[in-house]
Amino acid sequence: MASLRVLVGCKRVIDYAVKIRVKPDKSGVVTEGVKHSMNPFDEIAVEEAIRMKEKKLASEVIAFSCGPTASQETLRTAMAMGADRSIHVEVDANQAEIIQPIHIAKLLSKIAQEEKADIVMVGKQAIDDDCNQTAQMTAALLDWPQATFASKLEPAEGGLKVTREIDGGLETIQVKTPTVISSDLRLNEPRYATLPNIMKAKKKPLAKKKPEDYGVEIKAHQEIKKVEDPPTREAGQKLETVEELVTKLKDGGFI
Amino acid sequence: MSSSLYRTVSGLPRLFRKKPCLSLNQRHIFTGSCIDASDGLHDDQVQIQQMARNFADNEMAPKMKEWDQEEYFPRDVFKKAGELGFGAVYCREKYGGTGLKRLDASVIFEALATGCVSTTAYISIHNMCGWMVDEFGSDSLREKWIPKLASMETCASYCLTEPGAGSDAASLITSAKKDGDHYVLNGEKVFISGAGATDVYIVMCRTGGEGAKGISCFLIEKDTPGLSFGKKEKKVGWNSHPIRAVIFEDCKVPVSNRIGEEGEGFTIAMRGLNGGRINVASCSLGGAHASMEHVRNHFKVRKQFGQTLENFQYLQFMFADMAAALLASRLLVRNAAEALDNTAPNAVPLCSMAKLFATEECFKICNQALQMFGGYGYLKEYPVQQYFRDSRVHCILEGTNEMMRLLVSRDILKER
Repeated sequence: MASLRVLVGCKRVIDYAVKIRVKPDKSGVVTEGVKHSMNPFDEIAVEEAIRMKEKKLASEVIAFSCGPTASQETLRTAMAMGADRSIHVEVDANQAEIIQPIHIAKLLSKIAQEEKADIVMVGKQAIDDDCNQTAQMTAALLDWPQATFASKLEPAEGGLKVTREIDGGLETIQVKTPTVISSDLRLNEPRYATLPNIMKAKKKPLAKKKPEDYGVEIKAHQEIKKVEDPPTREAGQKLETVEELVTKLKDGGFI
Repeated sequence: MSSSLYRTVSGLPRLFRKKPCLSLNQRHIFTGSCIDASDGLHDDQVQIQQMARNFADNEMAPKMKEWDQEEYFPRDVFKKAGELGFGAVYCREKYGGTGLKRLDASVIFEALATGCVSTTAYISIHNMCGWMVDEFGSDSLREKWIPKLASMETCASYCLTEPGAGSDAASLITSAKKDGDHYVLNGEKVFISGAGATDVYIVMCRTGGEGAKGISCFLIEKDTPGLSFGKKEKKVGWNSHPIRAVIFEDCKVPVSNRIGEEGEGFTIAMRGLNGGRINVASCSLGGAHASMEHVRNHFKVRKQFGQTLENFQYLQFMFADMAAALLASRLLVRNAAEALDNTAPNAVPLCSMAKLFATEECFKICNQALQMFGGYGYLKEYPVQQYFRDSRVHCILEGTNEMMRLLVSRDILKER
């Protein structure tokens, strides 16, 4: 079981606490001068990979990110938490705008093969586009088993026993390695990187690559027509009687 | 008539009905603005700052009110802070310190103080004590204490002030008389942060004649016979750590516990305080920054005369002045920290000037923030009053701001 190599995807996203603003031309959201951080679900994936290494289940943790130069900050964070090294697939700002889960899945599957990874671990979704596709697509491209929405991982014969969060409760499945796992919120609570580890992370290797290095073309398959603010909530009304309420609901076409 | 009656009658209940936002759920709302605390920092400093701020947001800010009201010394949080490297930030790595610089420490303490000024102030005092051991102690003292201080399993207190020796610290009279392989200490120290709750005491005593040259520095463990504590004082702020008198009555301390040479104590005390002044000023910055974050949130939701407060020009202008004062303070503090890192010849007046300016301006910012919150600002349920109370003492300790003015004016009037 020992000496598994874990490849973890780390997406740089707008920080979860930032108030999202739509650009005036409705082409997207404002990202300039906005605090960014690692996608919280990816942070959970990184934490789990590091814990596997600490339990001697994994031999190496490789962090991966695809995005503009600033994505390297996210990789430094992953390495400060405990990832051994990282791979940055750099794209320019225009390409970064059109990146979709299929591109990341192609990159991840190529890198997984090249690095002989046994586990590809990603967050179940990124909090910016909420796609929830990368893990599934990566598993399909690699033809590996997948265990999505993981809330518990345990070593098992020839692979892992994974507890998954599903609509009706929890489901426990067993997957053989190599496998693709996506982390759910309750898998763990990520640690703080310690000050000495933040300093050491600067010296850990960070490989700089291009999509072409993996034969992946970043081409938009969809076009974003318009990004809009959610409708603002209108003021409520206080009603005196149930009859009034029923009338209002009928008028509004709700019943 | 009717409208004034309405105000009078409805004033109080409304205070409790419509509460403005209590928490900083919009973290880091000044990111990218002109008072972004990460401006001008290197990548690794930004990472350190973010980690410290996350720690403050998650581990400190939610509890700061409770620590203040219960007067709780949060050793559990100190232990977590120690694990992350906050216990000995600018001690060398050789003996277990984190090995960062004064500027890094300032960035860290500012970030931590947004979550609790008082608790961070104690952590900074602890750091100053550790630095004294690391910088001036014998190898055996360093090996024994730095790892424990760095992890904050052992907490330290700094003992300089006496009932009769405040600003005129060199007039201290607590005596240490050498007797074979021991010193015997007699006297009393007052206003000692952490006293009674902490484990080791860095104490300045008179081993020689009068004046600064007759002072030596000792490390004393809490359970040493002859060491006792006065009553816990009631304070306006800084309530998450106790303040007591530390009393020595024929307290025997091994010669090996002396930090530095005999007569070196005052130099150690003053050099420690240079850093201490940067640290306490950094705590003020954090408190002022957090107060402004709270005000900003309040401005966005609080409505009067049919508009949110952010639309009132008087408040806008006042807020801009606060921003300018905050940034000026921060730049002065970071400049002084760098001077200390570079052992610049004018580091002492620069640290004094930074402490003087930042602690006074940041206290004013907290006071104005309180004003902007109106009646809510005066309630202990809201955090601005705590930043205000906690940062008031920064104008007094680590050398009063009057002494800071003395040090600055002495420097600029010196014949060169």
